[in-house]
Amino acid sequence: MKVKPKHQRLVLVVLAATAMIGAVLLAMWGLQDRAAYFVTPSDIAAKKVPADKSMRLGGMVVKGSLKRDPDGITIRFTVTDGKAETPVVFRGITPDLFKEGSGVVAEGRLDPNGLFVADNILAKHDERYMPPQMANEAVPR
Amino acid sequence: MIAEAGLAALWLAAALAGLQLALAFGLGGEKGRSVSTIRGVALAQGLLTLLAFGALISVFLNSDMSVLLVAENSHSEKPWLYKFAGAWGNHEGSMLLWVAVLALSGAVVALFERRLDDRTLGATLGAQAALALGFFAFLLFASNPFERLDPAPIDGRGLNPLLQDPGLAFHPPTLYLGYVGLSVAFSLAVGGLIRGNFGSAIARAMRPWVLAAWVLLTLGITAGSYWAYYELGWGGWWFWDPVENASLMPWLAATALLHSVNVLAARDGLRAWTMMLALIAFSMSMVGTFLVRSGILTSVHSFAVDPTRGTFILALLAIYIGGALILFALRIAHVKEGAPFELVSREGGLVANNLILSVILGIVFVGTLYPLIAEALSGEKLSVGPPYFDSVASPMALVLAALMMIAPQLKWRRDAAPILPRLAPGLLVAVAALAATFILTPNIGMLPRLGLAIGAGLLPASLLPLFGRSLRRTPLSIWGMAIAHLGVAVAILGMASDSAFTEEKLAAARPGETVSVGPWLVEFRQVMPVAGPNWTALEAELRASKGSGAVVLNPQSRYFPSPPTTTNEAAIDTSWNGQLYAVLGERDEQGRWQLRLWWKPFVTLIWLGGILIALGGAIALVGRMVRERRQRIRGEEAFL
Repeated sequence: MKVKPKHQRLVLVVLAATAMIGAVLLAMWGLQDRAAYFVTPSDIAAKKVPADKSMRLGGMVVKGSLKRDPDGITIRFTVTDGKAETPVVFRGITPDLFKEGSGVVAEGRLDPNGLFVADNILAKHDERYMPPQMANEAVPR
Repeated sequence: MIAEAGLAALWLAAALAGLQLALAFGLGGEKGRSVSTIRGVALAQGLLTLLAFGALISVFLNSDMSVLLVAENSHSEKPWLYKFAGAWGNHEGSMLLWVAVLALSGAVVALFERRLDDRTLGATLGAQAALALGFFAFLLFASNPFERLDPAPIDGRGLNPLLQDPGLAFHPPTLYLGYVGLSVAFSLAVGGLIRGNFGSAIARAMRPWVLAAWVLLTLGITAGSYWAYYELGWGGWWFWDPVENASLMPWLAATALLHSVNVLAARDGLRAWTMMLALIAFSMSMVGTFLVRSGILTSVHSFAVDPTRGTFILALLAIYIGGALILFALRIAHVKEGAPFELVSREGGLVANNLILSVILGIVFVGTLYPLIAEALSGEKLSVGPPYFDSVASPMALVLAALMMIAPQLKWRRDAAPILPRLAPGLLVAVAALAATFILTPNIGMLPRLGLAIGAGLLPASLLPLFGRSLRRTPLSIWGMAIAHLGVAVAILGMASDSAFTEEKLAAARPGETVSVGPWLVEFRQVMPVAGPNWTALEAELRASKGSGAVVLNPQSRYFPSPPTTTNEAAIDTSWNGQLYAVLGERDEQGRWQLRLWWKPFVTLIWLGGILIALGGAIALVGRMVRERRQRIRGEEAFL
């Protein structure tokens, strides 16, 4: 294909604009069902949360709620935001800073029975670090 | 005393940056003499900033607890390497390192840049000073690293154990050199735009900086990826964490710039586009700094959440990026159109490369900032993670890799010869690999399958530009390109292999029991207490066997008393065809230990590829410098 030199810049500008619009459209399409919403136990109690959609649950691990299944690798605990509680199940090794009474963010899905099935547990990574979402949710310390 | 000297040096350097800015744009910047003054000021500013950074390292090494930053982030019992590296393992120190690299880059431009005319060089150094001034202000007013603490505590709080790793000594400085090296490309573009100089001279001045910054960014990202892989104990090598994206975005922009700056330097084409990319690349560095340093996004890397700092950096960002874009818009009409070319040509291929890289950059940018925008607009809190990036950005990366099979073989200006014969070797290998995956491993996902095919096809295709040349007389830059492209192929193969073939086993085992993962039988022998310089640990002894050979792995669960923290130290055994990765968890009431094992075939190719990419860039950089030196000497001889 031959492009007249005079029109070359125009072609390039149009191409660049198309690419950028394409990127944004592609991104919006991708974000539609792949962004994980941050929810709290109160949101779940208020039935605002659809089951089987990827999301992050944030709160504190209730003291005394941490139980281990007989298989030795599945753990169950309860997350609270001070108003409501959600039971969580997780299969795997918990992060270093995960313990009862401390903050936690669990990634996963809500099953139809209201149990949160976590694929991943994120804990605070150092003493000074707190997920901003959690700080905003004003979890009582 | 040392802390005060450091602070004084910082103030002085900031004042010099102000002077440099004034000299460049105010007081008779037209004269040749004032350029030599600006050069001197830039050099002094760089040295003073280096001095301030040296002072910070000194107070850390001496564990001077009367300095607030040391007391909060260091501990006298720490090994010296972590005292040293701890100087930048915190917000203030890392910002000082950032500014030090910025000022030193300016000094190096002032010392060595001889390709540009005085007016453009003066404006460039002025732009560099303007950048430095803002970040000096940020350091002095919002993050003073030398603040005193009175009374001084007996000992410090210690460094986050996750950061107590040799990786810390290497990873952040490398990344910062890369981030901030791009500032020179930014300043050169600003200088060129202001003085109406958009030609190949600017591109030739810009090229070594872009190459060097890009090599360091590549190394820094590769090192960071491996560090996260073995230190976090999650078995993953890329998490699409906002801070990882913060380093990926400048890299994507720099990769595009690296390719377009060559068109401008060699063919005088893509002028406006190259200037734009130079502005965007460093803007992405600043956006990355903003994301990391403001603590605005949830991330492993956020040191502290402090709204004033976030606002400060956001203001700097708005001024610099907004200013640069306005300048671009005002001056772009004066940029004459570059040399023409046809669509099927090397230039055309590079334009396609730039467009796809820009699309990937856009996708990563939108995904990284979307949580902020969504929260600001609707108050909804959400996070964007691997599902988004994997399914939207990865296919684009594969399209780019497919383009790499042919574009480097196209001729400049126009290429009328048939394409297929040149594409055939790569295409045949790719199709063969694709067929092999369908026969041997029918159940893997579509993306890893395509990754294996395209990666395999790119292996021979990346070397084709060397074919038919006299290898000894091939310019180093061509070698560099071939090696870097080969590195991309290797890295893609590693990524695809990891996501297609990784096997994971989670088990609760008593000493004496055996667990199998992939081709390995892992015998859990015992758990023993061990002690390190500033930690104690429980260490498991795992004997992994596969056929005849056996290896011993010792994953640990470490306890650090200061600050009190437990971390998992993964044990990794590397063989030629992959890595066996073991993490020790907790002990339950019945005496069983949690074990998490992974067998990751060819995962090491990911980082090997990263190193090859950086090596290719380094070879090209050396080639360019040698060639320019030779040309200069020849030019001087001709002059005599």
